[in-house]
Amino acid sequence: MSTLKIPVRKFDAVIVGAGGAGLRAAIQLSESGLKTAVLSKVFPTRSHTVAAQGGVSASLGNSEEDHWHWHMYDTVKGSDWLGDQDAIEYMCRKAPEVVVELEHFGMPFDRTDEGKIYQRPFGGHMSNFGEKPVRRACAAADRTGHAMLHALYQRNVRANTQFFVEWMALDLIRDETGQVLGVIALEMETGEVVAFHAKATIFATGGAGRIFYSSTNAFINTGDGLGMAARAGIALEDMEFWQFHPTGVAGAGVLITEGVRGEGGILRNSDNERFMERYAPNAKDLASRDIVSRAMVTEINEGRGCGPNKDYVLLDITHLDPATIMKRLPGIREISIQFAGIDPIKAPIPVVPTCHYQMGGIPTNYRGEVVNQDGSVVKGFYAAGEVACASVHGANRLGTNSLLDLLVFGKSSGDSVVEAIKQNNVAHKDLPENFADLTMARLNRLETQTDGSSVNETRLELQRTMQKHCGVFRFKDMMVDGVAKILEVEKLVAKTEIKDKSKVWNTARVEALELDNLIEVAKATMISAEARKESRGAHVRDDAPDSEAFPNGRNDAEWHKHSLWHREGNKLSYKPVNMTPLSVETIALKTRSY
Amino acid sequence: MEASEALNKLRWRCTRRAMLETDLLLGKFLDEIFPALTPQQAAAFVVLADLEDLELWPLVNGSQECDDVSQAEVVAMLRRVRVK
Ligand SMILES: Cc1cc2nc3c(=O)[nH]c(=O)nc-3n(C[C@H](O)[C@H](O)[C@H](O)COP(=O)(O)OP(=O)(O)OC[C@H]3O[C@@H](n4cnc5c(N)ncnc54)[C@H](O)[C@@H]3O)c2cc1C
Repeated sequence: MSTLKIPVRKFDAVIVGAGGAGLRAAIQLSESGLKTAVLSKVFPTRSHTVAAQGGVSASLGNSEEDHWHWHMYDTVKGSDWLGDQDAIEYMCRKAPEVVVELEHFGMPFDRTDEGKIYQRPFGGHMSNFGEKPVRRACAAADRTGHAMLHALYQRNVRANTQFFVEWMALDLIRDETGQVLGVIALEMETGEVVAFHAKATIFATGGAGRIFYSSTNAFINTGDGLGMAARAGIALEDMEFWQFHPTGVAGAGVLITEGVRGEGGILRNSDNERFMERYAPNAKDLASRDIVSRAMVTEINEGRGCGPNKDYVLLDITHLDPATIMKRLPGIREISIQFAGIDPIKAPIPVVPTCHYQMGGIPTNYRGEVVNQDGSVVKGFYAAGEVACASVHGANRLGTNSLLDLLVFGKSSGDSVVEAIKQNNVAHKDLPENFADLTMARLNRLETQTDGSSVNETRLELQRTMQKHCGVFRFKDMMVDGVAKILEVEKLVAKTEIKDKSKVWNTARVEALELDNLIEVAKATMISAEARKESRGAHVRDDAPDSEAFPNGRNDAEWHKHSLWHREGNKLSYKPVNMTPLSVETIALKTRSY
Repeated sequence: MEASEALNKLRWRCTRRAMLETDLLLGKFLDEIFPALTPQQAAAFVVLADLEDLELWPLVNGSQECDDVSQAEVVAMLRRVRVK
């Protein structure tokens, strides 16, 4: 099929993704009367946001004194000073507002005895600029993400948002000026390819955690938004930074929430020692995720791991009252039984650091507008949620800050679109003549490939390469080899072959198209990581260790800057970190210790 | 819809879910157990796969019981799946 024959549908705005970020953005658009289409690979309330159990942060101060400025400080420090301080101030100041708004949308938060939103402690949340832990995470039992999505979805139904469910966006449409004019998408039920022509396009496609072999992410997280953006010539920011969650069930990857440590869970090594006391004397088991992950890997590397292969540590909640476990952490027991074969009331759970969250993404400002290297906006293009890099998480995200990110920047991106469309009264710009040529070439290649590579095997090869060469601890030579290896994998991706050529529900085709996106993310990650010759936050290099000149291996003189990976030629460029908050003083560079 | 198309659709709904837990369990079930199910059990499984994860997961992890007899039989099979 050629571009000419592709049906075109017109909307004011199209949002790709119906998780927390997409649904939050859609409310702003639909409620302001814009004709809005939301595309999703799955029914909205089956999006990955459902998996978020722990909570959403906001300095409500319901359980004890708290302040957005303290939250901001924790976020800057958590980010290892790579987060942009304008965006971080914006997010932390907005947090109470968007959380209370969510409550009004019907979110069933847990309550204190006085009827206020219950708040629990979480790693990295401190009061008074790092002094002592504070209860800042708002939760709805261990169903926070699920409850949030339902509240947001219902609000969208009320506002008449139009959903296109089980549609996969394939590529962005850009004209010769670089303006974004919508997306090309595939309806899975029919196999039909359709153009969504829009004045504004918001990407809210979530993360890409499936680039790693061991991941807490559901299979859907294939980084489609990143792949589409990269193919359309948008650089990807800070892709070397991936957070590994300290407590994935050894083997399966399934997450044991940080809330377990919030409620009193303790990490132990093979000597039964509470080893976090040595690494983070104040925060202990509640230190920031990368600190805990690094401590666990050090214990394992130094021979104090548990089990026959000494390759995991133990998360112990056997000292907690079983009633507390059942009440505050209900799902955890079953997960442990089904995926580790352990009843945590009776025995500790085997855990290892597992890929969890992508800090980098499509570069945006705090208004959710996608930006070029010089800060100018890409007209018509917006992004929010895990796919975007605002950048509030910098080199390391604080737990519960991403549900907050998607509420705050989902809303702000929506507001930016409304403002742009309403104030400027823009009409639809004409689509370029050959707007779908590259997409059609990609689809035709897949239809006609013979003697090609298997999608499953190639994906596994990609995931193993990333895990081995670019995992939680990074080694210089391994990364150099990793770059060469991932470029070899790219060649396999370019000749994937599918046997099933049917149109209706051809999941083999969809999986091949997802792999086209995974490879872009994998290259961006490996190449950005190899180039960054320091340790910072979640990017920890063996050849950039802690020293007097470079505490924690961080080298601000050379590396206090954001990476930008450009697909064309695999080039990297860099841009400064924003150190100018909106209203308060700069939080000056400092060594990060807990 | 042809049988192969229906199976593909089911595969999508089993392996593009909200939670890794159910991706792993349902994917494994579909590959290893589903082919041997009776038509009635298969139909019950399709209904279960259509549930949202936080409806399905409580049934699988035993915190909630299933009212429907034929679904309960399949839920019991799902509970026995171990992904280690
Ligand atoms: C196990 C787990 C627990 C977590 N717990 C917490 C927590 O307690 N607190 C916290 O703050 N964060 C938590 N996180 C992180 C947080 O859940 C995610 O970062 C966040 O939910 C991402 O939301 P999103 O809206 O950006 O994307 P998602 O919710 O992943 O939604 C992405 C959407 O994009 C759609 N999509 C993707 N590609 C395409 C395409 N090509 N075409 C059409 N549609 C597409 C999908 O169908 C989906 O609707 C957790 C993450 C995991 C994995």
